[in-house]
Amino acid sequence: MRAVITVIGKDTVGILARVSEVCARHRVNVSDVTQSILQGMFAMIMMVDISDCDLPFTDFAEELTALGGEMGLSIHAMHEDIFNSMHRI
Amino acid sequence: MSMLNAGDILETITMIQDEHLDVRTITMGISLLDCCDSDVGRVCDRIYDKITRCASDLVKTGEQIEKKYGIPIINKRISVTPIAMIGAACDDKDMVRIARTLERAAVTCGVNFIGGYSALVQKGFAPGDRELIDSIPEALAVTDHVCSSINIGSTKAGINMDAVAAMGRVVRLTAERTADRDCIGCAKLVVFCNAPEDNPFMAGAFHGAGEPDCVINVGVSGPGVVRAALAKAGDCDLTAVADLIKKTAFKITRMGQLVGAEASKALNVPFGIVDLSLAPTPAVGDSVAHILEEMGLECCGAHGTTAALALLNDAVKKGGVMASSHVGGLSGAFIPVTEDAGMIDAARCGCLRIEKLEAMTAVCSVGLDMINIPGDTPAEVISAIIADEAAIGMINSKTTAVRVVPAIGKGVGEELSFGGLLGGGPVMPLNTWSPARFIGRGGRIPAPIQSLKN
Repeated sequence: MRAVITVIGKDTVGILARVSEVCARHRVNVSDVTQSILQGMFAMIMMVDISDCDLPFTDFAEELTALGGEMGLSIHAMHEDIFNSMHRI
Repeated sequence: MSMLNAGDILETITMIQDEHLDVRTITMGISLLDCCDSDVGRVCDRIYDKITRCASDLVKTGEQIEKKYGIPIINKRISVTPIAMIGAACDDKDMVRIARTLERAAVTCGVNFIGGYSALVQKGFAPGDRELIDSIPEALAVTDHVCSSINIGSTKAGINMDAVAAMGRVVRLTAERTADRDCIGCAKLVVFCNAPEDNPFMAGAFHGAGEPDCVINVGVSGPGVVRAALAKAGDCDLTAVADLIKKTAFKITRMGQLVGAEASKALNVPFGIVDLSLAPTPAVGDSVAHILEEMGLECCGAHGTTAALALLNDAVKKGGVMASSHVGGLSGAFIPVTEDAGMIDAARCGCLRIEKLEAMTAVCSVGLDMINIPGDTPAEVISAIIADEAAIGMINSKTTAVRVVPAIGKGVGEELSFGGLLGGGPVMPLNTWSPARFIGRGGRIPAPIQSLKN
């Protein structure tokens, strides 16, 4: 099972490290990362494997949202199916 | 990024974050046909037990799906078999007691509305129908979550003008009974022609007699997403506008299909339909009127509004149909005045009038919806509004409806405020010439011929 983590906000030191730390702590494997600057905002997209995640996905997503709140960033973890269904026929 | 494209991912995030993309409602339809009994007390016990059993996990499941996909699901609702059919078997047809039971069940389940305090009388009144209709003002005054709908006409049956006359009086009485709360009872009451039996939207949701025992229906939304897509596209021609709306509607509907399938699986209840709707909210950036204005109208209600709405409505259906396995409900653009920031402004400035709204209902998904009318409007004028609207639906083989709110004690230009998704807005002027003799005749308008279409 895969999920997509998106981080949007002002670029700052340690974003990747902090998000990766949460993933590692919960046995979530990062399989791909892209970063870009979108309309002056930093945007990072991580593709992760949540098959071995040690807590329910919704709790994992909440922990990342909380981290985003702490860092002043908008962080979302969403199951990949929503993107597949919206953007692929 | 394997398979998924970063641009697509960010587009979805932007739709949800900035453009109010959401699933408007997951509505569980529940049949109450097995709750009938001659004793109304036993009926109420059975209704409460069945609803709370079927829908015990509805809200929790909706919230889990919200978190899993990061997509807001604004409402979780229940629709039930038209209560007139259930109450018909009771010796003592105490309909209000059943309404209170629905209210209690809705509160227990944590849903924000329960629909189905309804009767289908397009051809005439069966046992229970008149009792239910007469009880509506009290039922809607003593409950907060119960929604009522009455089907008074259809393309196959014609229009029951006795029911139309009755509903004019009922709408007025309902407003009077809730006058201390901005007449909110009328926001929970809709009069239909060609009512769909699988509609997930309130106030008109009920669970038709041909539906399975329990079913999940989903209504999507996303006026803000469509408007934003058009704004980005700039000055393209209307062919390109239609294509863009189709593509956007496809994406919106796919999300509804995903959520519905997921809810159906989690609740172990069959998935009924996706309602391909553009449902506005009073929030800025979530308005159907603003889509029409983005197409190039100075203000919603200007000449050209009907054409723009026709294009929008058709493109939403074309885009949505391929995105979903089963489509149903009302499917199309909604134009509830008090629930749409752009419509409210257009009504306030006098550009949008009820005559234009009536024309718009001939090409969009519902009808005269959430319109505040003067508090001194006589019942027969309300009946005549219902008759006109039903005639449009009957002749054009489409659903039409009337949900108007007589603003008791208020006149044109004064405002009602309902709060939440129901919004609020100005009292709109009506034509005050009398239709009393026409409405007083009663009887039925015969079903229309289905050929010789001109």
